[in-house]
Amino acid sequence: MKILYFAWMRGKTGIGEEDVAPPAEVTDVAGLIGWLKTRGPGFEDAFANMDVVRAAVNQEFVELDAPVKAGDEVAFFPPVTGG
Amino acid sequence: MIRVQKEDFDLGEELRALGAGNHNIGGITNFVGLVRDMAGDEHVGAMTLEHYPGMTEKMLEKIEAEANERWPLEASLIIHRYGRMEPGEQIVLVACASPHREAAFEACHFLIDWLKTKAPFWKLEEKDGGASWVNARASDDAAAAKWR
Repeated sequence: MKILYFAWMRGKTGIGEEDVAPPAEVTDVAGLIGWLKTRGPGFEDAFANMDVVRAAVNQEFVELDAPVKAGDEVAFFPPVTGG
Repeated sequence: MIRVQKEDFDLGEELRALGAGNHNIGGITNFVGLVRDMAGDEHVGAMTLEHYPGMTEKMLEKIEAEANERWPLEASLIIHRYGRMEPGEQIVLVACASPHREAAFEACHFLIDWLKTKAPFWKLEEKDGGASWVNARASDDAAAAKWR
């Protein structure tokens, strides 16, 4: 599973992109976040305030109950500010 | 048509190309977003726009398709830049061509409102005190919501 972080989330995790193999219990975005947070203080900090975290699975905006599986591209980022 | 690019664009050239050869077009509206030199009461020296390559193009195409479903457009164009820009530089262009002005104005307004809340771009401002990420504004969500 490929994970991407953008804007200040990349700053907090210290990486823009990583390949991970979460345990089998991880079946949705919320579960994935729970697992990612266990991997270090930077990750915990990045997901500390979920009001300002948005997610996309395979480049589509999703809610936290969206399913994730091996091979997916999952991105985390703050609310968008383009235009 | 949509384009995501680092380079600046020539407004006149883009608008001429959009309407070229189609005499059913009665008008072209456009919105150009520029980098301002102030954020609140702080001076901004420059801004860097980050985006999500792949998803950005997908979302812009979706937003453009939605506008073309809602209004009778003869042509439409979204250009969004990324990378570092200084005050006064052009960030984004939205243009709509239609037989009549009402559709062109409304579609253009819709496109920029939706783009601001749905296209994966993030602004990093360089201010006197250092660089900081711009927070999303509730007023942008409200502007996008009125088109639902």
